[in-house]
Amino acid sequence: MQIELHNVHKTYEGAQPLHVLKGIDLSIEKGEFVSIMGASGSGKSTLLNILGILDSYDEGEYIIDGRLIKGLSERQAAGYRNRTIGFIFQSFNLISFKTAVENVELPLFYQGVSRRRRHELAMEYLDRLGLKDWAGHYPNEMSGGQKQRVAIARALITHPQIILADEPTGALDSKTSVEVMELLGQLNREEGVTIIVVTHESGVANCTNRIIHIKDGIIGEIEENSRHNASAFGTTTIMK
Amino acid sequence: MNDLFTEVWESVRRNKLRTCLTGFAVAWGIFMIIVLLGAGNGLMGAFNQGGNEFVSNSMMIGGGSTSKPYKGLKEGRRIRLDMSDMDLMKQEPFSENIDQVTTSHSQSGYALTYGKTHLNNVSLNGTFPGYADMNRIVMLAGRFINEKDIQDKRKVIVLGHLTAKNLLKGGTDYERLLGEQVKVGPFVFRVIGIRKAEENRDDRDLNVPYSTIKTIFGLDNHIDDITFTFHGLPTEEANDAFEKELKAAINTAHDAAPDDASATWVWNRFTQNLQMEKGSKILHTALWIIGLFTLLGGIVGVSNIMLITVKERTHEFGIRKAIGAKPWSIMKLIVAESVTITAFFGYIGMVLGMLACFLMDKTLGQSSMEVFGESIRLLVNPTVGMDVAIEATLVLIIAGTLAGMAPARKAAKVRPIEALRDE
Repeated sequence: MQIELHNVHKTYEGAQPLHVLKGIDLSIEKGEFVSIMGASGSGKSTLLNILGILDSYDEGEYIIDGRLIKGLSERQAAGYRNRTIGFIFQSFNLISFKTAVENVELPLFYQGVSRRRRHELAMEYLDRLGLKDWAGHYPNEMSGGQKQRVAIARALITHPQIILADEPTGALDSKTSVEVMELLGQLNREEGVTIIVVTHESGVANCTNRIIHIKDGIIGEIEENSRHNASAFGTTTIMK
Repeated sequence: MNDLFTEVWESVRRNKLRTCLTGFAVAWGIFMIIVLLGAGNGLMGAFNQGGNEFVSNSMMIGGGSTSKPYKGLKEGRRIRLDMSDMDLMKQEPFSENIDQVTTSHSQSGYALTYGKTHLNNVSLNGTFPGYADMNRIVMLAGRFINEKDIQDKRKVIVLGHLTAKNLLKGGTDYERLLGEQVKVGPFVFRVIGIRKAEENRDDRDLNVPYSTIKTIFGLDNHIDDITFTFHGLPTEEANDAFEKELKAAINTAHDAAPDDASATWVWNRFTQNLQMEKGSKILHTALWIIGLFTLLGGIVGVSNIMLITVKERTHEFGIRKAIGAKPWSIMKLIVAESVTITAFFGYIGMVLGMLACFLMDKTLGQSSMEVFGESIRLLVNPTVGMDVAIEATLVLIIAGTLAGMAPARKAAKVRPIEALRDE
């Protein structure tokens, strides 16, 4: 078991404390391609934050590869995020004043890889994603699909065991969405990377092999979807 | 390091105008520090000018008038020193500290004649061999007056080099004058030496043995003042005690109250120098403080602009943290940017400040005032040295770090969740 959550609770303190996660129990195997689906306010983003060690949780256990992720220092958390987890965001989150290749290099910079080596690696990954010619361009010179592919290259470059994608198609048109989801599926099949996609679109969820529904802070139904026919809107397209 | 500066450059480049405006305040602060210190140095140099002509461990003592009645003599009586006072100083307990004792007497208004050359309005200055050391006289040819000249009351004379030049009609082969005879008024002297003339002064004084002048003019034992060098009085307190003791002894010898402060006067170059140094240090410190306060405005500006930068880049720092940036690497970015801005503009200010000092030296530094026939320069060498440049560099780096510290901590505290927030 690569990822295990036992009875994870999270409450946002405030004038009106908000109990967002009310005891999440979840296991994800190595090499799985899963999606977490839920409406807004269901707690799926909070769950993703906890999975990505971007946020802490109050109660329960979160275990990656047998190591308990709890009470980490900022440095340790940064180390895990850098080496174990790759992030893909809805709004791409590329740094606007850096070129595509510089953006892809960045995680390696934080690993202390030499300038030349990380440039080589970044070019290699951009090439794999068909963006070699765009290496010197800034994000605002690229289309949404290209930007998301740069972001994927950035997520892949550190060879993470887990890729967390937060609404990866949220800002893309349907054609590019299909491309991106196919790309993720291909990475999962060929590289054996665990991929967790958070989405509220059933078409996107349908691309994954298992769909975990979250509702009001607890895990609801878990659908096995190896035949990719879960979508109510058909199996051939991602509905927009 | 290279990567860090690339990042800093990228950030600064995006905000050229506000970086320059902020940098201006820093440049101005450092400019003020350099100009103030330069002007301060020039001022101290002007105070000290001429001070180098004398050895610092010397005192001059002279007669005043009594301020209180003593031994039946009433106040207001003039005290005149005489040769016995010089002997007094050569005895215990003063001989312990006093090295050389001299006096001098000037008779002015004579004409100097050599061959067919005449120079008007020179003065004969009768003195002792110790005068040479005390006044740091540099001989360019021949020798100064010696003990034998004093004993034998020789009619020998030492000329300043400017006078000698005049006699030689602009020539500088001073050796030629040695052994020659010159006439001062009606008296004939043999030239034994040429000395360097005092700076910023008309070269009018001709040195002759005291005993000679005393005989020629039929002087009595009275003398105007006594100058002596001393040793073993390191502090101001020791000097004060010594002066008090010396004045008491001389007062007593002239039937004045030992504690009568105005019966004799003492001018102590050593304590004067001490006070001058103290004053110079205080001035220096005060100028630094004023300069640093001026700089403070610039530093607050940098700190402020860095806070704005951090605020603007919150999302970016969130992304960086999400992909593995440690808090320290974010802090480094901000501190490096702050130090770079401060140091860069600080250096511009420093260079401009030094340029201003240079201009000050070339203009104000060259102008002088005539005071009692002596030309006094308003500023002497109003520039700052390498030490100030190094100190200012350190100040800039420290200031830059301090300015960046608070914004950097704020940046390091950015939570990685910020990355997930839409801009």
